[in-house]
Amino acid sequence: MDEGSAVSEQVPLVDYLVLGDDPHLVAKECTTCGARFFDRRNACASCSATEFRPAPVATEGEVRAFTIVSMAAPGIPVPFVAALVDCDGTSVRGNLVNVPPDPEHVTLGMKVKLATVPVGTDSTGTEAIGFGFEPREES
Amino acid sequence: MATDDVWILGIHMTKFGKHLDKDAIDLASEATLAALADAGLTMKDVGVLAAGNLMNAGAGIGQQLQKQIGQTGIPVYNVANACATGATALRTAIMAVKAGECDYGLAVGVEKLSGAGLLTGAARRKEGDTWAPDGRYGAVTALDGRVGTETMPGVFAQVGMEYGHKYGGTSFELFARISEKNHAHSTLNPKAAYTKRMSLDEIMNDVMIAYPNTRPMCSANCDGAAAAVVVSDSVLKTLSKEQQRRAVKVSASVLTSDPWQESCQILPDVNTLTRNAAEQAYEKAGLGPDDLDLVELHDCFATAELVHYDNLGLCEPGGAVDFFESGASWREGKTPVNVSGGLESKGHPIAATGIANIWEVCHHLRGEAGDRQIEGAKVGLAHVIGLGSACGVHILEKSAA
Repeated sequence: MDEGSAVSEQVPLVDYLVLGDDPHLVAKECTTCGARFFDRRNACASCSATEFRPAPVATEGEVRAFTIVSMAAPGIPVPFVAALVDCDGTSVRGNLVNVPPDPEHVTLGMKVKLATVPVGTDSTGTEAIGFGFEPREES
Repeated sequence: MATDDVWILGIHMTKFGKHLDKDAIDLASEATLAALADAGLTMKDVGVLAAGNLMNAGAGIGQQLQKQIGQTGIPVYNVANACATGATALRTAIMAVKAGECDYGLAVGVEKLSGAGLLTGAARRKEGDTWAPDGRYGAVTALDGRVGTETMPGVFAQVGMEYGHKYGGTSFELFARISEKNHAHSTLNPKAAYTKRMSLDEIMNDVMIAYPNTRPMCSANCDGAAAAVVVSDSVLKTLSKEQQRRAVKVSASVLTSDPWQESCQILPDVNTLTRNAAEQAYEKAGLGPDDLDLVELHDCFATAELVHYDNLGLCEPGGAVDFFESGASWREGKTPVNVSGGLESKGHPIAATGIANIWEVCHHLRGEAGDRQIEGAKVGLAHVIGLGSACGVHILEKSAA
């Protein structure tokens, strides 16, 4: 789409991540039962209906479960924090970022918000942007 | 008066551990021939064979086994159902007998897993020169480690942590103490891969794999096989008094998959399908958790054992921490759990596990468990989870004969 262009572009790590001024995740929401999914769908796993609409997911949430992975497949930098984040009723899988990966700094119930993270740049200069969740200041 | 009950007539597990000089067929043969001998039968008597070997699921382990110990032409079902493969094989044989298709069914599960290391999705695939969306998430590169974890220790760590978030009371130390129990139990089991008692300090200071699971809190990769022969009630009544006395009644055989739950595609839900399986099993058996003299449950990680106390109804909902703290799951406790040492020390040769845990329960119900015998055991429950997910629950009862 930008053949020969020298302008640096960004692509999202996954197709459910929307970049721009207000980065957020978009789920596929079943129009019949409201179940939300992040992958390409054949039908709804909850009610088997086949119609979906895009549903923006809240960018703030709470850590419902986490683990600090110290041993992973070759090529994966460790340690990192993998978590299940409850974003206003929608469960999201993501890493916890911008926080030391230890149990003193990462806690169950921790309030977090979506953050974008650079993944890398390909041979055409396009940068891939991923996401994680970072601690949110308590008010 | 015959019923449609099915009985375990013969059963065997090999020693779990490193079997450098034996391949999967050797181990499957050893378990199968010993289970047949235990039943007082030969391959010629068997009407159906269900076999599992998860890491080599396309190879037709059932027919390979037949080619070593008896090609009798009977139907073979090669089954694969993650860590529930053994229980699935057993249930397949039970269903065939229950359906009246044959008098005797045989189930076998085998795995060669020594030195397999961390079981995970895969090493990161080679990246192309340019980002291109791929797969069901339109991902431009591998997601393991970038969007959560696909490692088993990491997934099951989160399962335990989620329980802690919901009900409170969990800690690194609590999970480590569950592991301490199972390693202590293993010292009485000569068939376990590891039989060393470990102190809480040793467990907590061992190599961290995925917090809060350290290495001894993870199931042990090892080699092993287990096999069982099942028989119908009407045929059992024609057999010797000794066979009838040692037969163990399958009071419930249940297999479930994971029903949709809000977060189940984010973090696998190993709870709902276990609760469903347990409820169905108790109803079929006409028994409840209070009737259980021992339980072998799927402690693939210490964090998993905790949630299954609750899922199997061994405690009040939310009461798993108090249940453990009371000492109930130690072998001297109210409901001994994993007196075999569990997957953390007995080992977890995947496809063998769902039959080996039945062997453990049968061993106690027959009064043949030696030093680790739970005295007077009459009823036991065996549980496995295969991520993906599948859950097998079997309730077994001592023969009245």
